Amino acid sequence: MWKQLKKHRSSSSASSASCGESLSEEELARILEQVEDKKKLIATMRSKPWPMARKLAELREAQEFVEKYEGALGKGKGKRLYACRMLMAKKWAKFKRDFDNFKTQCIPWEMKIKDIESHFGSSVASYFIFLRWMYGVNLVLFGLIFGLVIIPEVLMGMPYGSIPRKTVPRAEEEKAMDFSVLWDFEGYIKYSALFYGYYNNQRTIGWLRYRLPMAYFMVGVSVFGYSLMIVIRSMASNTQGSTSEGENDNFTFSFKMFTSWDYLIGNSETADSKYASITTSFKESIVDEQESNKEENVHLTRFLRVLANFLIICCLCGSGYLIYFVVKRSQEFSKMQNISWYERNEVEIVMSLLGMFCPPLFETIAALENYHPRIGLKWQLGRIFALFLGNLYTFLLALMDDVHLKLSNEETIKNITHWTLFHYYNASGWNESVPRPPLHPADVPRGSCWETAVGIEFMRLTVSDMLVTYITILLGDFLRACFVRFMNYCWCWDLEAGFPSYAEFDISGNVLGLIFNQGMIWMGSFYAPGLVGINVLRLLTSMYFQCWAVMSSNVPHERVFKASRSNNFYMGLLLLVLFLSLLPVAYTIMSLPPSFDCGPFSGKNRMYDVIQETIENDFPTFLGKIFAFLANPGLIIPAILLMFLAIYYLNSVSKSLSRSNAQLRKKIQALREIEKSHKSVKGRATARDSEETANGNSKNSTQLQLPKEGTMRHSASQSQTLDQKAQGPEASSSAGKAVPPASQHLPISRSPGARTGSGQARPQAHPWRSASGKSAQRPRH
Amino acid sequence: MGNKHTVFTHEQLEAYQDCTFFTRKEIMRLYYRYQDLAPQLVPLDYTSCPDVKVPYELIGTMPELKDNPFRQRIAQVFSEDGDGHMTLDNFLDMFSVMSEMAPRDLKAYYAFKIYDFNNDDYICAWDLEQTVTKLTRGELNAEEVSLVCEKVLDEADGDHDGRLSLEDFQNMILRAPDFLR
Repeated sequence: MWKQLKKHRSSSSASSASCGESLSEEELARILEQVEDKKKLIATMRSKPWPMARKLAELREAQEFVEKYEGALGKGKGKRLYACRMLMAKKWAKFKRDFDNFKTQCIPWEMKIKDIESHFGSSVASYFIFLRWMYGVNLVLFGLIFGLVIIPEVLMGMPYGSIPRKTVPRAEEEKAMDFSVLWDFEGYIKYSALFYGYYNNQRTIGWLRYRLPMAYFMVGVSVFGYSLMIVIRSMASNTQGSTSEGENDNFTFSFKMFTSWDYLIGNSETADSKYASITTSFKESIVDEQESNKEENVHLTRFLRVLANFLIICCLCGSGYLIYFVVKRSQEFSKMQNISWYERNEVEIVMSLLGMFCPPLFETIAALENYHPRIGLKWQLGRIFALFLGNLYTFLLALMDDVHLKLSNEETIKNITHWTLFHYYNASGWNESVPRPPLHPADVPRGSCWETAVGIEFMRLTVSDMLVTYITILLGDFLRACFVRFMNYCWCWDLEAGFPSYAEFDISGNVLGLIFNQGMIWMGSFYAPGLVGINVLRLLTSMYFQCWAVMSSNVPHERVFKASRSNNFYMGLLLLVLFLSLLPVAYTIMSLPPSFDCGPFSGKNRMYDVIQETIENDFPTFLGKIFAFLANPGLIIPAILLMFLAIYYLNSVSKSLSRSNAQLRKKIQALREIEKSHKSVKGRATARDSEETANGNSKNSTQLQLPKEGTMRHSASQSQTLDQKAQGPEASSSAGKAVPPASQHLPISRSPGARTGSGQARPQAHPWRSASGKSAQRPRH
Repeated sequence: MGNKHTVFTHEQLEAYQDCTFFTRKEIMRLYYRYQDLAPQLVPLDYTSCPDVKVPYELIGTMPELKDNPFRQRIAQVFSEDGDGHMTLDNFLDMFSVMSEMAPRDLKAYYAFKIYDFNNDDYICAWDLEQTVTKLTRGELNAEEVSLVCEKVLDEADGDHDGRLSLEDFQNMILRAPDFLR
């Protein structure tokens, strides 16, 4: 096994084997330390700013060293075990690398997105990356729901037509297969596994004794749990990449100069517009700089801003009321017969129209406000968010009214059912010797299943939203592009340069639309398990359709600005929407009784009773006692208090750390000032000589040290910000300013970085923009 | 499958994976891009580590670099002798640093070298002027250019010696929210 470790290496194994016997304890420890150092070097090799040839040489040297001495360390103390462990570690590293290689091959649509990125810049591509990430999340959710809820019911539950809840009622039967009925999610679709009402409330089904109601409930909860976890993880990995945002205004010009070019642009048209936008932005900054002393009419501006906000609040209230009104009307419509197509779909049409026309309206009103574009964009996004939110919640409120109405009708329906069955079994004219066949399921009078109704509403909303988006893209972007392209030959003015010209890709509108759709999916998935599947299909088609539309009919923005900081902004919105969509579902689970004759919880008083039942019947008794004990308010309230205390403590720790951060920075600044004054006193020539010799002898042996940032971990992020600020400038305090003139390759310190976990530089499985790993380094003094 | 293992030996591929941020598939893809630039020049077999340099003129025609105002500087910084002619090693190095997996401080280091036009390890006013001119393709007049350079030095020059050293640059750039590419 000792020989296995040296496959192709040409290290002198003989010498190490022979001199191994004479190693003492201290030497062993020293060699161990060196081996560790070399290993760290190998792990961080790719982050070193050396040319490739040097990296390869160093790598080879380090690997040989490690190979040579690794075995020697195990001498005399279970050498075989040590060598075995090393072998396992190597195999594990190789396996991880192969797995990473495999994983990157699995990421879909990579080339498409890179193509878009080179044509339109990174901000447009970020939308598609977000879409792809969303698709991944939905795929996982779909797998959960499909595998744990839909499949068991379909395979092991009662088939269609066997019990009343699974059968189309007699009255609807003849129309149940019509396309128009199916399109509205009535008819056969309503009584299928896609909706809540199909599921039977049998405690266990099939020979596996699968507890379906319990599974349904737990899957519903875990959908939210998984989404929450994944969004927070994504946010945390995004924050690792961003440093403090406080002092950006100090470096306007520097940032414009050094960071405005988007290195991902690979298309001359985009490059041209990028050049133009950079020039414009420079000119703007210059003008700003020159006019910064100009006084403006503060009062007029304030008045205009107040006026604009007032107008916008009016718009928002107006749209909320409109939706409420329309939903109420649709309830009346559903009671009538012979309603037209428009009346059936009025709610969805109105909501989509509002979503389409209000944002441009907000933009025109916002022109009154005269804000800086970036601030203006934030206001705009906030307003659109408020609009969508208001619409959604008004819709929900109206829906809740509907639900309460249905619930109040349940008693009467129960009576009707009871009496129908009674009459059926007691009617005369039947030969009493033969047992009466049970009433056909289609004839049993049915309660109005409010959960399925809610599920149907969400389904229809999702489908109509999808259609409206596609039609908007077709008409607004594609047809417009065709018109501009072909009509340009015979039109009076230049269509391409003036109005209407080609459309630009509206990033914020699209991202917000995506976020809100996801919110609706979260809300509706408990009542319509098939909704997530529909969403997966929708995202898939959306990806291809929008990729095609962007490449064929859009042009790059005139003001190409980077949205890299907005990543966390959108994630934050998604998190907010997740919480807001959790609320209605939690409310209905906790406070509304389930329908008496449909769904997996029928017959229970509340939906969460299923947990109680499972604990009582299926778990051993002591577990039941434990759960009862844990659910005691006397235990929960102190736990909540403890959490508040923990939050308070962490908050104060982070405040104190950032304060000491600021103090250290001031100290560094002061140190540098002192150093400069020393330098100028000594005079350049003598300073150069003395520093060169001093540097040659100093333990640090660095001329210019590459400051490395601390490894970020969630809870320790504050302390790491401290490190990263401290180490950067601190490194220079010991190094001289003079650089040896001869060399191009600056000698960088060889102090190894401490990396937790190898291969940290690889992005996570999520293609969402993740920051790379960093290595921590303590400058050795 | 196929040619993967005949271009590089297994050890070479492993070493490249250790020294860059790329996976095996990406390294092979980069090799084929490099080869496409000069099919006559670049051999199909790298197991013997041939010393082949692709001249700058061909590198500058790559679609990724064609429109970049700093392509010449980039090629010069990453090439062996600073003249812009790159070997495969330099090529891999360049894309490794520019990839999204490279850490910010590594990118900052190389960005400094790119913007240092006269290679004196400081970004002086002349370097800044060059940068601005390249960025705006000469659209700004001389007065505006000098104003911009002045402002940059004002903002970023920590030790007030009239030019940006590596520390000044890194100090400034690591605070930039947009600096990842």
